[in-house]
Amino acid sequence: MSLVAMLASEATRFTIVLVMVAGLYIVIARNNMIKKLVGLSLFQSSVYLLYLLPGKIFGGTAPILDPRFDVYANPLPHVLILTAIVVGIGTLALGLALAIRIKEAYGTIEEDEVLARDRGQASPATRKAGTRG
Amino acid sequence: MTVLSMSAMMSGPSLLGLALIIPAVVAVLVMLLGRRPDLREAASLVGALLLFIAICALLVDVLAGARPALPLVRIAPGLELILRVEPLGMLFAIVAATLWIANSVYSIGYMRGNQEPRQTMFFAAFAVAIAATMGVALAGNLVTLFLFYELLSLSTYPLVTHKQSPAAMRAGRIYLLTLIGASMILLLPAIIWTAFVAGTTNFQIGGILAGRIGPLAMAVLLGLFVFGAAKAAVMPLHRWLPAAMVAPTPVSALLHAVAVVKAGVFTILKVTIYIFGLDTLQATGASQWLVYVAGFTIIAASLVAMTADDLKRRLAYSTIGQLSYIVMAAALATPAAAIGAAIHIAAHAVSKITLFFAAGSVYTAEHVDKVSQMDGIGRRMPWTMAAFAIGALSMIGLPPTAGFLGKWFMLSGAGSAHDWFAVAVIIVSTVLNAAYLLPIVTRAFLKPAGGPVAEAPLAMVVALTATAVGTILLFLFPEVPYRLASALVSR
Amino acid sequence: MSLIAAVDQHLPVIIVLAPLLGALLVALIRVEIASWPIAVIAALVSAMAAFRLVFGVETLGVVSYRLGGFAPDLGIEYRVDAVNALVLLLVTGISLATLVYARRSVADEIDSGRVPWFYAMMLVAMSGLLGMAITGDAFNAFVFLEISSLSTYTLIALGRDRRALVAAYQYLIVGTIGATFYVIGVGLLYLSTGTLNLALIIERLPDVTSPRALIAAEAFILVGIALKLALFPLHAWLPNAYGYAPSAATVLIASTATKVAVYLMARFLFGVFGIHVELGPVSVTGVLIVLSLGAMFVASAAAVFQRDVKRLLAFSSVAQIGYITLGLALANPAGLTGAFLHIVNHALMKGAAFMAIGAVLLRCGSSRLDDLAGIGRTMPATSVALTIAGLGLIGVPGTSGFVSKWYLVLGAFDDGKGWLAFLIVASSVIAVLYVGRILEVVWFREPSKTALAAREAPLGMLLPTLLLAGLTILFGIDAEFPARLAGAAASALLGGRP
Repeated sequence: MSLVAMLASEATRFTIVLVMVAGLYIVIARNNMIKKLVGLSLFQSSVYLLYLLPGKIFGGTAPILDPRFDVYANPLPHVLILTAIVVGIGTLALGLALAIRIKEAYGTIEEDEVLARDRGQASPATRKAGTRG
Repeated sequence: MTVLSMSAMMSGPSLLGLALIIPAVVAVLVMLLGRRPDLREAASLVGALLLFIAICALLVDVLAGARPALPLVRIAPGLELILRVEPLGMLFAIVAATLWIANSVYSIGYMRGNQEPRQTMFFAAFAVAIAATMGVALAGNLVTLFLFYELLSLSTYPLVTHKQSPAAMRAGRIYLLTLIGASMILLLPAIIWTAFVAGTTNFQIGGILAGRIGPLAMAVLLGLFVFGAAKAAVMPLHRWLPAAMVAPTPVSALLHAVAVVKAGVFTILKVTIYIFGLDTLQATGASQWLVYVAGFTIIAASLVAMTADDLKRRLAYSTIGQLSYIVMAAALATPAAAIGAAIHIAAHAVSKITLFFAAGSVYTAEHVDKVSQMDGIGRRMPWTMAAFAIGALSMIGLPPTAGFLGKWFMLSGAGSAHDWFAVAVIIVSTVLNAAYLLPIVTRAFLKPAGGPVAEAPLAMVVALTATAVGTILLFLFPEVPYRLASALVSR
Repeated sequence: MSLIAAVDQHLPVIIVLAPLLGALLVALIRVEIASWPIAVIAALVSAMAAFRLVFGVETLGVVSYRLGGFAPDLGIEYRVDAVNALVLLLVTGISLATLVYARRSVADEIDSGRVPWFYAMMLVAMSGLLGMAITGDAFNAFVFLEISSLSTYTLIALGRDRRALVAAYQYLIVGTIGATFYVIGVGLLYLSTGTLNLALIIERLPDVTSPRALIAAEAFILVGIALKLALFPLHAWLPNAYGYAPSAATVLIASTATKVAVYLMARFLFGVFGIHVELGPVSVTGVLIVLSLGAMFVASAAAVFQRDVKRLLAFSSVAQIGYITLGLALANPAGLTGAFLHIVNHALMKGAAFMAIGAVLLRCGSSRLDDLAGIGRTMPATSVALTIAGLGLIGVPGTSGFVSKWYLVLGAFDDGKGWLAFLIVASSVIAVLYVGRILEVVWFREPSKTALAAREAPLGMLLPTLLLAGLTILFGIDAEFPARLAGAAASALLGGRP
């Protein structure tokens, strides 16, 4: 099987994994707290796809009770992901709110600068606190 | 009399319970009667008498061959708290119960004579310490023993820091950190190790470890026990004892004679007899190293004692040496040495308490605490210093005092084990003991008086005379300790 | 009568709903004086429902509650058995005690305008944790996990120190990654079995043909939960979070949040996957044992060098969680009983310790170790509670910590791992060091000026603290009751999958 054919047949999975890894990478590699949150949202979005894409049935409809349709997609993943999206929004909102508060308190949202500022003023006890999310 | 007949009717297990409950009730009563000193002291004295009667009733049972047991609570499978009396514990209990009476009388005289503050706290903590001591003596397994051992450390802390001066607080800190730290880091792991190797922590004659653990591991385990029980003050964990000298004299007596250090050597002796088993130790030689460590402690402590001018410090180092006799005898692991060790617990208790009572009496009457200031004091305080002389003879191990008995058995035990190192240590240290104790006596009696006869308060003199007489009586009538001690090794 | 019967029918949902509705009420009314009573009443209702349910469960066996009446393969099922009965009791009990304790502490530490929000978040967190424990649905557990997590981030961010914000942010990132990992694993399970109900997943697992999907699912789920329960070395978020959160919040999350996560892990390990499944070349138990030992030693050693007591206790928490996961990894009755006992016992003693520190913080304004010097003289009752909790952390006989470690050691021997028993005891020695540092400062140092000016904690804080400390002693001397519950939980888990 050629690479292209494989990519085509596995397209959904590759998309999911790509978004997932990209999101996770941003969370780990970026210093900016807002960008981290963006990465986190990407990461979460990949999960939405993970649940939704396998549920797609070609030629199927939305689950509507009607004699004309007998092929329809399973509604349960959609319901679940609706919940997950709400959770994701909540997380993002809270994260952004925290970023604003951090900006107010520290004057920056670069993580290493924030940690450096605490280290500058704080006791040696906090020195070990510098852990990466 | 009614009390006596009542307790004679009580069964063994309930007597075990009483031995713990009586001092605990005394502690509560003392707290409640804080504003009525006379009633408060009466509670202490009556409690001490009741405890003595209960322990005597128990003694009758034990001498008749009974081994009553009282399960307290079952924590988890294979893990329970239980009281069970056996000869060694009986001996310790009777020593502590007897000396509590003497010490109560003496304490009342001392605390009032020196107008010490916080007397209610003092007597209450004292009673709790006695309850803990009874728990240690009557514990039926290692876990129970450990609990009461820790309770003893905690309850004596307020006594050691009684003066609340910076020096006292420092001493209390060393005291508690050494004792609790060693027991947590060494003793507790040793107990858990034992529990899982042997499947039990119950004390059984002949030991529970035979054949379950190699000689090297056994030597290591013994080390954990010996140093974990830092109350036994085997070097290098002996520093807390001289530090605790800042405490009032009745507390020193409690530490040195009645409870604390005795709980340490008692634990070691009990472990060698009932956990390791004397035969096992002999066969494997796992305790041979301890003979050398204890022997070193004996000699080194005696040498330090010779240089100490502070009387209580000298006595403290004397205690360290005397305790290591018992540890060394336990390590020799021969029947005669074990008998000697058991008897020496009683003998050292009664003679060391005499010495401390005398030291406290001298301090109360003349505020003298240095050996160099004791010229002619024997002429001014004849009763006190006569008692001191008897105690000193007993420390050295001369007849007609109790100290002779223990040393004699230990010496013959060392001889029968052909352990010439131990024999040499006992002989050399006897000379050293004489060298640091006899000069005090000669100085006190042979130098000119320099003043009229003025004894300490009557309660103190009565107490110290009684213990001095006890030192001699124990030599003349060693029936009870000897029968208990020989029950340890008979089978 | 019929009313009681009707209430009894809906007990499982009342446990979760009471705090949730309470939170709503607090948030809507938003009057500072009213917040605390409402919160306590909500927690009380929940706790009473949990007690009633649990003592029902012990006689009835498994209680199943279908939310909305849907069948389990479609709807959500709440399922209470011996395992989560214990967790429900613990969470409701501790939360109630914490809320009683919180009043003075919150009034002191939280800006007045935010007090109602604080209580609302406490209740939401409680509700989320209870939901995680009670639900029998894997996805529902995710939702409750996020509910509890989001409220926890908020609680931490309410701390006074600005570092609390950073701690909350970092925890948010890590926690969200963990929760997302979990939901990925659940997704894979769903794709393999077509259901989210745990009981049904268990039924259908044998028919799944692709072991690879299962292995991936197990790896994602376990790593996700491990982040939540701060399994070494995924614990980096925990010390800051505990250290900078307001005292009452620290008590709540330290004694309940990680415990519920451990419960969830046990559920998946034993109930769903089976503990002895191997992930490719590595066995789950082997990895778990190594990580637990890492926690017990590395985190304990880190605790020894902390200068702030809250952070010290936080590192100690990581270490103590190591004991719990070690018990899970042993996977025999004694080990598992030890793990569940330690879930309870550690919650009690760590709760007492953090409550005591909160009281010190109230009176002295600092939780730095040096500022606690001589506090034993001015705040004796608080210090006694702290001491008891510390002794429990060491595992001294007479405290509950000894009993749970006893079971763990027993489990190690049953498994033929004598060396593990030795390591358990050896790690306790490190605990002696860090607890010893606290006790030495508290009792033996000369009091500092702040310590001399301090008074004993107010009664409302003291009583819950002493209650938890007292239970630590009680369960150390008479462990029959918790051991019975933990033993039932262990046998339910081990028997759940032949």
